[in-house]
Amino acid sequence: MDEAIPALNIAVLVKHVPDTQFDRHLNGAHRTTDRSESILSELDEYALEAALQLVEAQGGNGHRVTAVTMGPPAAVNAVKKALQIGADEGIHLCDDALAGSDASGTSRALAAVVRHLGTADLVLTGMASTDGETSLVPAQLAELLQLPQVTFASSLELTHDGGGRQLIARRESDNVAETVRSTLPAVVSVTDQINEPRYPNFKGIMAAKKKPITTLTLADIGLEASEVGFSGAWTRVEQAQQRPPRSQGVIITDEGDAGRRLVDFLAEQKLL
Amino acid sequence: MANVLVYIDTPGEHLHKTDRELLTLAGMLGEPVVALCGVLTDGVSAELGAHGAGVLYLPAQDGLGDVLVAGKAAFLAAAAVEAKADAVLLGNTFEAKEIAARVGIRLSSGVITDAIAVGEDFSVTKSVFAGSYTVNASVTTGCPIITVKANSVETATVQGGSSPEVRRVHVAAPSHAARITERSERAVSGRPSLDEARIVVAGGRGVDGNFGPVEELADALGGAVGASRAATDAGWIDHSAQIGQTGKTVSPQLYISAGISGAIQQKAGMQTAKVIVAVNKDPDAPVFDIADFGIVGDLSTVLPQATAEINNRRS
Ligand SMILES: Cc1cc2nc3c(=O)[nH]c(=O)nc-3n(C[C@H](O)[C@H](O)[C@H](O)COP(=O)(O)OP(=O)(O)OC[C@H]3O[C@@H](n4cnc5c(N)ncnc54)[C@H](O)[C@@H]3O)c2cc1C
Ligand SMILES: Nc1ncnc2c1ncn2[C@@H]1O[C@H](COP(=O)(O)O)[C@@H](O)[C@H]1O
Repeated sequence: MDEAIPALNIAVLVKHVPDTQFDRHLNGAHRTTDRSESILSELDEYALEAALQLVEAQGGNGHRVTAVTMGPPAAVNAVKKALQIGADEGIHLCDDALAGSDASGTSRALAAVVRHLGTADLVLTGMASTDGETSLVPAQLAELLQLPQVTFASSLELTHDGGGRQLIARRESDNVAETVRSTLPAVVSVTDQINEPRYPNFKGIMAAKKKPITTLTLADIGLEASEVGFSGAWTRVEQAQQRPPRSQGVIITDEGDAGRRLVDFLAEQKLL
Repeated sequence: MANVLVYIDTPGEHLHKTDRELLTLAGMLGEPVVALCGVLTDGVSAELGAHGAGVLYLPAQDGLGDVLVAGKAAFLAAAAVEAKADAVLLGNTFEAKEIAARVGIRLSSGVITDAIAVGEDFSVTKSVFAGSYTVNASVTTGCPIITVKANSVETATVQGGSSPEVRRVHVAAPSHAARITERSERAVSGRPSLDEARIVVAGGRGVDGNFGPVEELADALGGAVGASRAATDAGWIDHSAQIGQTGKTVSPQLYISAGISGAIQQKAGMQTAKVIVAVNKDPDAPVFDIADFGIVGDLSTVLPQATAEINNRRS
């Protein structure tokens, strides 16, 4: 029973996004996202937690969880938070030419980072970024890297049976629940059903200070500036209009007839 | 005229309402052609014709749906090339967006999700940041690939449409794909689906385990039933009913929120509804900030009274 457990390398993609608790804005000539009040995307915390749990379930030593982000200088804070929560090392792809990347440009850049790392058994992502909310990146990464795609996993485990490691995931959609199996390496996105993300504790926060963060530029990963950013984008935002915030309407307190008054309101609005 | 390729997945006995919307939209933008994955019945074929589809592309081999997304994406990309498509339209489900994502890479084409309107130049209107902005976006490279939200167009049929001509597309089976080893279909309720419904009645932690009052009001109004994550997490109702950031985004004519506080993640899925009604016993619940009509009261009495009143007025 002394079988050596092969070390597991997991790259977790974490995005630095505007905090959804505040008003968010599109700015400038290109109508790009204002990233001033940004945090680690809350949906990517589920991916990080999934990575940490997979590694913990493996036992043995030498496993590595690498937090990867692409974004402007401040995006390194998403990586730092991931290190505090428990990732072992960080990668920050940062280059002025990346500004204005759309989903395809982001996917090309992140795919190049994954190739540059060379060793990932799993690429774990959130189900969607809370700013773009397209869910395009994980599927595009799988296509670009020619890896199996296991998206919207609501549970995830690794098995060793039948020659080599395999992953087993559950997916739930409207009317079907599916079990999915894949070989490694694979690109996996996880939903907020999969786990309960842990918070960084004092020990984690102290330990994070000693963990390595590598900053990469486009040249380091072998991409041309023209493949990413505004020049490499395949889509463009032409116009953006802020919608007036919803205002409060009539609020009543139930005095025993509120159900009937609700129906009166619906009738007035021609909704019956 | 532009060839507008519509992707249709497992129609069953009849086209879904969203499929008919996509075909209608394709007809407004150009000549609708269809790529279909799944079983084609005579009924579906006739319905495709009635919605103006002249040509229908089918995969030459079975089993593309046994692997996750990759097979369907390979087929749709091949069909787009065969059809010399000027644009590709898909629905806005998670899976359709992923198929769109991969087709975008295969065809070196831009992808835009969550469209609520598509112009003649294939420019797209969509809302972002949980409905706080409306943006207009265009695909600048390749063949526009657009996923369109339900209820974005009124469906219409064409005069004298006949069943489309079928063409088979050969697809190389994707070598790197995850395999679906088990599938269980859940029973479908008789209610309208959340994506398509004009009226949604949603319950939260305040229903305290009993969705009865919410369901009865939904049925009286012919609406769909939704829920907050607190309610789905508690197991009171299926996860597929969840409205919000990590659930469904709905924009119905009427959204009735009952026993839901109105957290930011819940609002993200419903604040583009035309009319919002909220019932909550806490006058400070944030949901009242966005309600057109709010009732501070107990849902377990207010909802049944409303249901009874609707049924009374109708009888
Ligand atoms: C990453 C992430 C994603 C999330 N995604 C979603 C999402 O997609 N959708 C979602 O909904 N939430 C989501 N949440 C959770 C969200 O933050 C809230 O916790 C959740 O919406 C609360 O649900 P609730 O309003 O039903 O419960 P509560 O906040 O507990 O509110 C219950 C309300 O019911 C009222 N009430 C109690 N009893 C009665 C009664 N008898 N009659 C009338 N009113 C009553 C109370 O006054 C209270 O306002 C997400 C959270 C995270 C962290
Ligand atoms: N700039 C980025 N840096 C790191 N990860 C990203 C970035 N953009 C997207 N991702 C990952 O891809 C997932 C889906 O994002 P999206 O396709 O934008 O909805 C996110 O949850 C992240 O895990």
